[in-house]
Amino acid sequence: MTDVADRKEDSEPKASGPIRACANVCQAAGCMSLGAEKLMTAISDRIAERGLTDVAVKRVGCVGLCAIGPNVEVPERRQLFEAVDPSSPEAIDRVVDALAGGGDGRPTDTDSFYVNQVRVVLANSGLVDPEDTDDFIAHGGYEALKRVLTTMKPEEVIDEIVTSGLRGRGGAGYPTGLKWRTVAKSLSTDGKYVICNADEGDPGAFMDRRVLESSPQQVLEGMAIAGYAVGATQGYIYVRAEYTLAVKRLRLAIRQAEHAGLLGNSIADTAFRFHIDIRIGAGAFVCGEETALIASVEGGRGTPRPRPPFPAQAGLWGKPTLINNVETLASISAIINHGGEWYKAMGTEKSPGTKVFALAGRVVNTGLIEMPMGVTLREIVYGIGGGIIGGAKFKAVQTGGPSGGCIPAADLDMPVDYESLAKAGSIMGSGGMIIMDETSCMVDVAKYFMDFCREESCGKCVPCRVGTTQLHMLLDKISRGEGELADLDTLEHLADVVKSTALCGLGQSAPNPVFSTLRYFRDEYLAHIQDGVCPAGVCTMNSRVAS
Amino acid sequence: MPPNVTAEATASPSADDKKWKMVDARIRRRGSTPDSLIEVLHSIQEAFGYLELDVLEYVANALGVPLSRVYGVATFYSLFTLKPQGEHTLTVCSGTACYINSATAIFDHLRERLGVKPGETTKDGNLSLLSVRCLSACGMAPAVVLDDVLHGMITPESIDVLLEEIGS
Repeated sequence: MTDVADRKEDSEPKASGPIRACANVCQAAGCMSLGAEKLMTAISDRIAERGLTDVAVKRVGCVGLCAIGPNVEVPERRQLFEAVDPSSPEAIDRVVDALAGGGDGRPTDTDSFYVNQVRVVLANSGLVDPEDTDDFIAHGGYEALKRVLTTMKPEEVIDEIVTSGLRGRGGAGYPTGLKWRTVAKSLSTDGKYVICNADEGDPGAFMDRRVLESSPQQVLEGMAIAGYAVGATQGYIYVRAEYTLAVKRLRLAIRQAEHAGLLGNSIADTAFRFHIDIRIGAGAFVCGEETALIASVEGGRGTPRPRPPFPAQAGLWGKPTLINNVETLASISAIINHGGEWYKAMGTEKSPGTKVFALAGRVVNTGLIEMPMGVTLREIVYGIGGGIIGGAKFKAVQTGGPSGGCIPAADLDMPVDYESLAKAGSIMGSGGMIIMDETSCMVDVAKYFMDFCREESCGKCVPCRVGTTQLHMLLDKISRGEGELADLDTLEHLADVVKSTALCGLGQSAPNPVFSTLRYFRDEYLAHIQDGVCPAGVCTMNSRVAS
Repeated sequence: MPPNVTAEATASPSADDKKWKMVDARIRRRGSTPDSLIEVLHSIQEAFGYLELDVLEYVANALGVPLSRVYGVATFYSLFTLKPQGEHTLTVCSGTACYINSATAIFDHLRERLGVKPGETTKDGNLSLLSVRCLSACGMAPAVVLDDVLHGMITPESIDVLLEEIGS
C-alpha cells in the first residue's frame, strides 16, 4: 500500500512525505447510494482540520460487505468501518483516529469474513481506484498484457490458460482454454471478435457488476490478452443498461487505456492492435445466452439460434467470436502473472481456481466473497456468511438463479464445484447464492422463478414459450391450495418435456427450480395439495371445506 | 435508463423541426447503420422519454431497416417504452433477494397508495411505476431506484417518505 502516495486525488490533502495510512472509501453502487461520495469529502475535511499530513483518502471499488455500507477500510491498520454516517462527526473521527494510528474498527485480520477468502478476481477490489488507470498500473495492472505481447506467442498464452484449468464463470463451465483454442484455429480472412458477456441477468447475482465497478481495467486487460491469443482486433463489452456506474467506469477505463497506449493501435509499442467498444443491453434476460447476445450486438431482437455452428466458428457478423464472461476475463491477468500451475493448485481437480459468490437473502453478511472451488456450502453460509439473520433456521440455498435449484440443509456439507452442484440438481450458474430460512415457501419460490422464465422467454420456440406458461399456471394452482395430486405428475412430465426440447439454455434450464423443489421439498407441495396449508405461511390459500 | 422530463416540451407538434433535428443528430452520433438500431433507440428515448411511432418510422428510414424490425426491437426489450412516462420514475426490484426480503409488501403498498400497477403512470402524470427483474443491489434488498438514485432496505414507511418528497 505504499504506492498510494503516487496517486492524484482531487479531494485529498496533498501529502509532503510518504503516506502512512489511507482510508479506502468504497465507491461501488451500493455504498454510493448510502452517501459514500459525501463521506470521502467529510473524511478529508476532518483530516485537514486535525492537521494530519501523511494520510490520504481514496476512492476504491467494492470492499465486500454490501449490506452494511458505506464501508471504509484502513488497510495499514487492518480495520474496517461499517455503516459510517457521513453526517456524524463521531463516526468520521473514528476513521480519522485509525489513520492517525489508533482506531477501533472491525479487525480485518481476524474477522472470519475476510480471513477465509482467497482473492484473485477481487484482488484489486477495495484496493485500486476504479477510475484511475495509473493507480491500477501502480498495483501491477497491465503487466500481464505487456508480458504477453513482448515475450509470448499466442499459442503459449492459450497453453497457459489450458494449464490453469479455468472454466467459464458465466454458468456452463466450459474450459476457457479450449474455447480460446477453437477460436484461434478458426480461419477468418476479415477479422475475429472477442465479446465480454456482462449481461448479468440472474436475479440474485451481482458479481459482474461489482467487478466492473471495482476493477474495470482488469476486465479490459483480460480482453486484450484474449484478443492477442485468438487473433482478434476488436472487442465488445455487452453490458446491462441498468449498470450505469459500471458503464461509466468502463468508458473511462477504455479512454485512459487508449491514452496510455494499452488499447488501440500498436499496444505497448508492439504491432498488436485491439479496440474495445461498449454495447448496452436493453433489458432482456435471454441475451445472456451467447447466440441471443450476438443477435443483440448486431442490433436485432435478442433471440437465440440453434448451435452448431458455435460462435467460435461463426459468431458476430458470421466471424469466429470468443465470448467470455466478466469473471472469466478478470481471472486472466492473474493466471499470466502467476502461471497456470499456480491457478490449478487452487480449488478442486475438475474445478480449479477460485469463484466469486454473491451472498444475499436471509444471511447476516450479505455481500461479495471469493473462495477456492470445493469449499462447502456450510463454510460459505455459516463461516463467511455469519449464519442466518436472527439465528433462524436455514432452509435452503438457491444457486444459479432461475436456471438453478434449491439445495436443502442436508446437503450443506457438499463441496461447491460444477459437478457436485449439478449432481444435487442445481447449477453453479454465475455464482449468485440466495439463502432462505423458514419464512420462504418452496412452492412459491418455484412459482417465482417460473414467472421469471415465462416473462423472459423470447417466444421463439414453443416448448419454452408455452411450457413455462403452463408450468406457471400449475404452480399457481397448487400455491392457491387448489391443486390435486395428479398435478404433480403433470408438472414433472411437462418440466421434462421443456427441459429436453427447448431451443436454448433459458428454456432447457427453466424447469430446474421445479425439479429441485419437488426433489427436496415435496412435503411442502403435498401440504398445499392435501392439507390446504402453506407451511411457511406465504401463500394465500383459498379456503376449502375440510374433507 | 435515465427517466425523461423534457419529453413533452420537445415532442409537441409545433416543435416538429427541432424534434427531427435532434433525432437526426442522435442517429448520426450512433452511426446510421442497421446494427446501431438499439443504441439509436436508447439515445432517442433518453431525449424524449419514450419512442413514438413516427420516430420509429423515421429511424427505420434513416437506418435502412424495415419498420417491422424497428418495431420488433422496440417492443422486444423491456427498457424501451412506446408510452409517455411520468415526470418521475420509481423502479422497484423484483429480484430474488428482494423477493425473499418482502418486496411483495412494497408492491402491495404502492398499488394501494398510488393506484397503479408496474408499467403504469399515475393519473396526474407525476410518477411512472416500473418493476425490474434485478437491480443487482441484493445486499440492500429490498431496493428501489427513484429517478436514477438507488435506495436500499426499503420499507413501506421509508418509501412513503421518498414519495412525499416528489409530491406523489
